Amino acid sequence: MNQRRPYRSFVSYIDRSREYYAAQGYSQPYTWAHHDDAPFTPLKKPLSECRVGLVTTAGKMEAEAEGQGRRKIRELYALAANPAPRRMFTADLFWDKGATHTDDVDSFLPLNRLSEYAAARRIGSVSARFYGVPTDYSQGRTSLRDAPQILEWCREDGVDALLLSAL
Amino acid sequence: MSLVARHLEENGMPTVVLGSARDIVEECGVARFVFTDFPLGNPCGKPWDTKMQHSIVGTALDLLARAWMPRTTVQTPFRWGNEEWRVAFMRVDDSNREALARAGEERRHQQAEAKKGDGYRQGKS
Repeated sequence: MNQRRPYRSFVSYIDRSREYYAAQGYSQPYTWAHHDDAPFTPLKKPLSECRVGLVTTAGKMEAEAEGQGRRKIRELYALAANPAPRRMFTADLFWDKGATHTDDVDSFLPLNRLSEYAAARRIGSVSARFYGVPTDYSQGRTSLRDAPQILEWCREDGVDALLLSAL
Repeated sequence: MSLVARHLEENGMPTVVLGSARDIVEECGVARFVFTDFPLGNPCGKPWDTKMQHSIVGTALDLLARAWMPRTTVQTPFRWGNEEWRVAFMRVDDSNREALARAGEERRHQQAEAKKGDGYRQGKS
C-alpha cells in the first residue's frame, strides 16, 4: 500500500531510550558505538559446505535467575545446540515486554530452523554448540573480553560462519 | 552484539546480524544485517510461526553467501500487524512523566543499596 508520512517508520531506539532515561533523571545519555567503517569477510566456501553457528544475547535458564527475575552475573557461555533448549532466560534484557514474549526460543535463537536447513543440505551443518554473549553497558568488555572468547569457541567448533541474533 | 560481529569479521569470520533495532546496528556498522521491523524480542520471526522463522533465517543465509560489501542491510517483508508498539514502547508523555521520574529515583536508591550489599553488577539492560 502506497502511503506518505512526515516521519520515519522504524523506531529509533537511540532516540527513544535517551528520552526515556532522561525522563528518569539520568542526565548523562548512553553513548552508542559508532564506526565510519565496517569490516567484511566473504564466505570462503559454498554455504552447503559451511558449518554455521548461532550467537544470542539471551542467558542460560537457571532456577535462581528465574526466581529473582535477574541474573547475578551475566556470563559468556557455550552450550550444546542439540537438543535445542526449550527455554532461555530473557527477563533482564531490553525487549518489548508489553508487545510480545520470548516463550518460543526459535523466535530469537533459531536452532531448530537452522537444523532444518542443515537437513535440507542448504548448509553443511550446525555447530555443536551455540554461544551466549551478555549485552554489556561496557563496550570495552564486549570488544576486548567477550568477542575474542566467542571467536575462540567458534574456531574450536570448526565454525565457518555465524548468525548473531540480538534480542 | 554488533561489536562482537565486527570483531569476528576483523578476524576472518563471516557474520550476519539479525535484529529489530535498526539504528543501533547500523550506527555501529556491521558486515551484513537482516532487519525485521518488529517490536524488540523476536528478531527471527513471530513466536510459533515456524514458516516466518524459516524465511527470516533463510534470508540471513542468503545474505551470508551473496553480500559483496559491508553494511549490507536487508529488510524482511513481515509486518507485526498491530502497530501500537511503535508509540507505546518507552513512551514519555504527560501521562507518565512524574511516574518515570519517581521510578528513576527509586532505581538509583536500590542501586546504591545493592552496592552497599552484595554488589550486583549493573549491566545496561
